[in-house]
Amino acid sequence: MSTNANNINTGIIRSQFPILQRMVKDKPLVYLDNAATTQKPQAVIDALVSYYTTCNANIHRGIHTLAEEATAAFEATRDAAQVFINAPSREEVIFTKGTTEGINLVAATWGRKEISAGDEIIISAMEHHSNIVPWQVLCEEKGAQLKVIPVNEIGELDMEVFHQLLSEKTKLVAVVHVSNALGTINPVKEIITAAHAAGAKVLIDGAQSAPHLDIDVQALDCDFFVCSAHKLYGPTGVGVLYGKKAILEAMPVFQGGGEMISEVTFEKTTYNELPYKYEAGTPNIADVIAFKAALDFIAVTGKQNIAQHEQVLLEAATRQLEEIDGLHIIGRAKNKASVISFVIDGVHPQDIGILLDNQGIALRTGHHCTQPLMACFGIPGTSRASFAVYNTLEETEKLTAGLRKAIKMLL
Amino acid sequence: MSTGKTIQETEQEIVEAFSLFDSWDDKYEYIIDLGKRLPVLDAVHKTDANKVRGCQSAVWLVASYEDGLVHFKADSDAMIVKGLVSMLITVLSGHTPDEILGAKLGFMEEIGMMKHLAQTRSNGLLAMVKQMKHFALAFKMKNQLNHDGN
Repeated sequence: MSTNANNINTGIIRSQFPILQRMVKDKPLVYLDNAATTQKPQAVIDALVSYYTTCNANIHRGIHTLAEEATAAFEATRDAAQVFINAPSREEVIFTKGTTEGINLVAATWGRKEISAGDEIIISAMEHHSNIVPWQVLCEEKGAQLKVIPVNEIGELDMEVFHQLLSEKTKLVAVVHVSNALGTINPVKEIITAAHAAGAKVLIDGAQSAPHLDIDVQALDCDFFVCSAHKLYGPTGVGVLYGKKAILEAMPVFQGGGEMISEVTFEKTTYNELPYKYEAGTPNIADVIAFKAALDFIAVTGKQNIAQHEQVLLEAATRQLEEIDGLHIIGRAKNKASVISFVIDGVHPQDIGILLDNQGIALRTGHHCTQPLMACFGIPGTSRASFAVYNTLEETEKLTAGLRKAIKMLL
Repeated sequence: MSTGKTIQETEQEIVEAFSLFDSWDDKYEYIIDLGKRLPVLDAVHKTDANKVRGCQSAVWLVASYEDGLVHFKADSDAMIVKGLVSMLITVLSGHTPDEILGAKLGFMEEIGMMKHLAQTRSNGLLAMVKQMKHFALAFKMKNQLNHDGN
């Protein structure tokens, strides 16, 4: 396996991901569905096994050795996550099930308290359904209004309209950092500064940015940031919600139960301090602990190196796909993460998905949970290739060759 | 368009045709070819009411009943699905409601289609079969009512 023109040795990286050795339809797996979920390095798998074989226990209140070891490992992930997003304190890092739960938590707590009739929430036309529906539900309940920043023909936000939409009625701006369907990197710093000037809070959906960009919630100055471990080489069922301390402290609780309380009587319950106030019940201990192995993998590999490698793949794939007759790349923003969405004249994405799968190539086809965005482009869906640190230039060539073969069969 | 063959005979012919292919590439090419040759469905039939639920791509299915036999027509915006529905039509069209309702359609397993397609897509294929059987059942009920009425 080749070393690319940067600091990533894909041979060494790939050897850490056992699944990349497997065959699909008698061909070596080419996994290009990383925006949906990334594969897991051996260290993450080992951490899961190790937890269950050596220190499985419920955390935080146990006094025995196993409980203490499990608690220490669980809290070590919080420290690693704090460093990963550069949160000012560990209390501001709340574990969730994933990005979707993080957004729903903010909508159900901060949103319920702060949003009232006549208020406005701004989202963008390129949001994932999980950053649309919770706000729609909240707006319906409160009599508030949802405003949408439009997307231009190359898949960038129309910032002029965004600035016009902002007003004293705006209470929240909830936008995606990197589009899962197009790869567009949005100018979130500009959005946050303008929103704050208008007196609004900002939630950044970092599901797709956390794997590719350096995340610094202090430099961004966002009020909330959400992401998912499983798109970061970590296990499924774990996410991080960052919120500014003052906001988190003032928010009402999300779910009631164990862990999140300080004292319970039938007359009154006092709540635990941050971050436990928002972590009711026994958390996903094993997966949170294993998530640290994923964060360590990213730290050792280096975010800059990962990003640089992915850009090389993105540029190569873009160049190769552009040469295919009838293929149109959807989303041509100047700043893009390693996602390529495309449509082919006269060819349904589903056929592309099936025929590439038959060549061992895993792509995603469909609307990518962004039906309103697909409607903006007047298409029902696209085929999408998304790259991660373990992908190679050879694989972009296999993708191109695979597409040419599929098109020849279909047309 | 009764071919005079039983459903099982047509199924057997498909299984034999597929046994000639060495690779899935060839099988897909054959399925795509069937899709391309499926007669175009008139645009008036491409309504939401005629859409088969459970398919990832749009599949429209219409049925008619003539002289005791059910005839199917279908279309899809995706070519492989169109090829698959074409096979189902070849097998089931021109038979009585009872024959269609009793069809086991083992050929889908035998040609390896169910195993080869991702779960979501084989579910779509099963949804098509279900819809075809629903039509057969509806025609059968209607037929019985008419007879009871006489």
